[in-house]
Amino acid sequence: MNAPVKIETTLKDWETDQEVRWCPGCGDYAILKAVQRTLPQLGADPANTVFISGIGCSSRFPYYVESYGFHTIHGRAPAFATGAKLANPDLDIWLVTGDGDGLSIGGNHLMHVLRRNVNMQIMLFNNEIYGLTKGQASPTSREGTKSPSTPIGSYDHPARPAAFALGAGARFVGRGFDVSKHLPDVLKAAHAHQGAAFIEIFQNCIVYNKDVFNDFAAPKGAEDQQLWLENGKPMLFAKESKGIALNRDTLSLEVVDVVDGDWEAAGVIVHDVTNRSIAHMLVEMPFGPFPMALGVLYDDPKPTFEAAALAEKAAASEGKEANLAKLLGKGQTWTVDGTAQDPV
Amino acid sequence: MATAAPNDPGLPQDGLPDTPESVVVRFAGDSGDGMQLTGGQFTLSTALAGNDLATFPDFPAEIRAPQGTLFGVSAFQINFGSREINTAGDAPDVLVAMNPAALKVNLAALKPGGLIIADTGAFTKRNLEKAKYAANPLEDGSLGKFDVLAFDISEKTIEAVKPYGLGNKDALRSKNMWTLGLALWMFDRPRDPIHDWLKSKFKSKPEIADANIAALDAGHAYGETAELAGPLKQVHIDPVPSEPGLYRTVTGAEAVSLGLVAGAQLAELPMFFGGYPITPASAILHHLARLKEYDVTTFQAEDEIAAVCAAIGASYAGSLGVTSSSGPGIALKTEAIGLGIMTELPLVIVNSQRGGPSTGLPTKTEQSDLYQAVYGRNGDAPMPVIAASSPSDAFDVAIEACRIAVQYMTPVMLLTDGYIANAAEPWKVPDPASYTPFPASFLTEKNAQDDDGEGVFLPYKRDDKGARPWVKPGTPGLMHRIGGIEKHELTGNIDYSPDNHQRMTDLRKGKVEGIAVPDQEVCLGNTSGKLAVVGWGSTYGPIHRAVDNARRKGLDVSHIHVRHIWPMPANLGELLHGFEHVLVPEMNTGQFKTVLRDQFLVDATPLTKISGQPFQIAELEEAIGKYFDGVEGNEGGQVLVNDDQLPHLEAGHDDGSLNDTASPQSQEHGS
Ligand SMILES: Cc1ncc(C[n+]2csc(CCOP(=O)(O)OP(=O)(O)O)c2C)c(N)n1
Ligand code: SF4
Ligand SMILES: [Mg+2]
Repeated sequence: MNAPVKIETTLKDWETDQEVRWCPGCGDYAILKAVQRTLPQLGADPANTVFISGIGCSSRFPYYVESYGFHTIHGRAPAFATGAKLANPDLDIWLVTGDGDGLSIGGNHLMHVLRRNVNMQIMLFNNEIYGLTKGQASPTSREGTKSPSTPIGSYDHPARPAAFALGAGARFVGRGFDVSKHLPDVLKAAHAHQGAAFIEIFQNCIVYNKDVFNDFAAPKGAEDQQLWLENGKPMLFAKESKGIALNRDTLSLEVVDVVDGDWEAAGVIVHDVTNRSIAHMLVEMPFGPFPMALGVLYDDPKPTFEAAALAEKAAASEGKEANLAKLLGKGQTWTVDGTAQDPV
Repeated sequence: MATAAPNDPGLPQDGLPDTPESVVVRFAGDSGDGMQLTGGQFTLSTALAGNDLATFPDFPAEIRAPQGTLFGVSAFQINFGSREINTAGDAPDVLVAMNPAALKVNLAALKPGGLIIADTGAFTKRNLEKAKYAANPLEDGSLGKFDVLAFDISEKTIEAVKPYGLGNKDALRSKNMWTLGLALWMFDRPRDPIHDWLKSKFKSKPEIADANIAALDAGHAYGETAELAGPLKQVHIDPVPSEPGLYRTVTGAEAVSLGLVAGAQLAELPMFFGGYPITPASAILHHLARLKEYDVTTFQAEDEIAAVCAAIGASYAGSLGVTSSSGPGIALKTEAIGLGIMTELPLVIVNSQRGGPSTGLPTKTEQSDLYQAVYGRNGDAPMPVIAASSPSDAFDVAIEACRIAVQYMTPVMLLTDGYIANAAEPWKVPDPASYTPFPASFLTEKNAQDDDGEGVFLPYKRDDKGARPWVKPGTPGLMHRIGGIEKHELTGNIDYSPDNHQRMTDLRKGKVEGIAVPDQEVCLGNTSGKLAVVGWGSTYGPIHRAVDNARRKGLDVSHIHVRHIWPMPANLGELLHGFEHVLVPEMNTGQFKTVLRDQFLVDATPLTKISGQPFQIAELEEAIGKYFDGVEGNEGGQVLVNDDQLPHLEAGHDDGSLNDTASPQSQEHGS
């Protein structure tokens, strides 16, 4: 894989001439802008950037980014992206999926792209609803969600995307939300990570599941419910008046008060993005008793799938001549005049 | 009127004639007895003797069947002769049974009057019980209608290898070589090539090589001495004149894999193969996984859906995407194939058909996915379909599939089946340089101009074949978006408008219908007349031989075998209308017949067989004969039909849970 050449672009360069068709006020707009703002900062090359998506409102995303784009079929985007990456490891691939696309019909593929660790950024737009099909409950909908398909309220237990990703073997787990000004930072960290980088992005479906994230993602006044994680920094939130500590007796996290800024005394832990055990606790941390963990929850790279595939191909080919004529004549051979040929 | 071939089934005879035109031998034993190896070496010696041949292995469905049991029987059938051989043979003339279970499972197939060679040493009380025999069939007179040659092969083998100091268990591993020695004697074959092979196989263990050679020689010597008494005699089969050159045996799975490699090279593309294990398609994944130096990337996906999606993703990125499966897996791939059709990307889908529906008969052969291939997608989703007619034909067909996929920017389905995948036949090794390359071209510059003369890129602007340009992501200035939503005729942007959808549907249909397909030829007989037997796929062998036999009797019948199932050759309709009758034998309930009727309004009559087994030559001869009732010397149905033939295994298996046929290597310890 060649080191990518940094290209100078502006946000405008990443806009297409296609009319954006999301509902007015949909969180997808904000995510699109965040991405279009991030790409120039990364020095990304539109010709080398590929957005691959499944099906859903969120999966319309590629049509609006001036790069290569492939709007595939419901749930299968990770498989298309894996094939594309194996065919050309130099491509910079962004996957766009939804909570239904990625965790319902496509849960299997999402699991495997993560465990294989194919190098790409995977953005899961979690609006806790099936937007495109007009508002049915999704695998991430909270219990009791009333929808056309669950008029009395859903009763299945919701999946937790970040916990799923980590459980599947993800080496990068990040979180953000549509209108957050920190979203580009999470995207940048994901892009810097070599391997499958999973980002759960809470997204407001203003039509079918309005404001369900307001308790931590409201444009104003919810900041105290956000725990923005930074590597090497103490896990503080609510204007540093509170922190997250590890209860060593129960081996679980707890919220502690920080008095006079002395977080050390309060036992607040320092975020280490490579600590997988703490990452498991962070993705499981229930919102309500705890703040919402946001930012880079986990980042500990491992060799990528495509690198292993390339290495294997190179090793298997080493010293071997790719001579088709010889290959065809291998095995149990003979010539018609009756002389035995040694199997070549 | 020509006389029937002397060894035609149903013509009872005493033993083999001295110079038969063809002979069918089946080696059967426990999966530990090394029957596939014996068969393989016998095949080589047969090829060296210049006979034409076809073989079919029949190994147990169970991965590790208990020793001596009915479902642990492994068999290898070879049909060879001094005349062109097209199938592995209807009923065996000779059955070599290395244990009671092998006898029990294979006896029903044996031709009346056929020869049984049995190892009495393996007919122990315990083995008889395992084979569910109440009494020893070699002794109770139940084999009256066959010639039986029973003697203690086990003991003779132990005796022969005694000088090499092997334990009894190891010594008995050479039983198959002893048997092979006897077979070599019977058919007048030289032993040297097998000696050489053993020496090279056991290079590091010369004592094992010597023991096996001793066993082989002892079996051969036994034939010479035993000939004087009893039913054993030497027969001679003349060589078939064939073109000089290098030959090899090839199975359909090998030929498909090699053809795909060749096709990718002719297209000057790297190949990406996405697969998920399923019988009988896995062999292709296994073969290709060992050919990485040919710029082949293999990917074992999490399921068939991911396998085809990854292949499409790879095609999108500029490789030749290939995927392969069998019926149930093809069903899973269907939605993605539709996307391949919509986005107009090259893709080759190999379907090694097996018995269906559902899990069906995983290890048995059938041709029942033709509707699935031609019609089985949502929407108007036309896709080229081509079918291989024999193991060696699969090579050319795979190249043809790659050519169509690349030149027309379309998914192509290649149909083979369980029979073709596993059967082997001689193949004159082709020279890759004799194939015309069809290099893929990638668009790197804008392909149109707007009103102001500015260059613009139109991702769906078609060439004279109706194909859109192939653009690799990474190409500067040609960024664009594709997807499964209906798209504008030229820009490829989302466009739901009624006129556009009508046009795009017509364009996709027109592109596939316009694929250049060679005119249909008649492979045997006249181009018009009384009866055309029209086949596709693996029925080639039995149809060809049956038509040949019928023609030797003077009947006006022709064999037409269709490779291009969709689109069909332009002249096919006219050709079929030149015959009074059109008979379509198929291993399904009449699927190709329906397509022929639909396309050409021709009165095609189905002849169907859905038993998981290929047609027998005799069955087809009987069906052909019926059209000639009243012709002197040929009252229809003259030829008796024997219901049993390969692949055939009486023991119950194939529950789908353990259905994957293990390779002969893993089944057999060899000797
Ligand atoms: C095979 C298939 N099944 C069902 C659908 C219908 N469908 C389209 S999008 C969707 C759910 C999308 O939900 P989500 O992934 O959460 O995306 P959102 O619209 O919420 O962004 C469904 C069920 C489809 N397009 N294809
Ligand atoms: S339905 Fe919801 S997710 Fe879809 S575009 Fe409208 S607001 Fe956005
Ligand atoms: Mg959703």
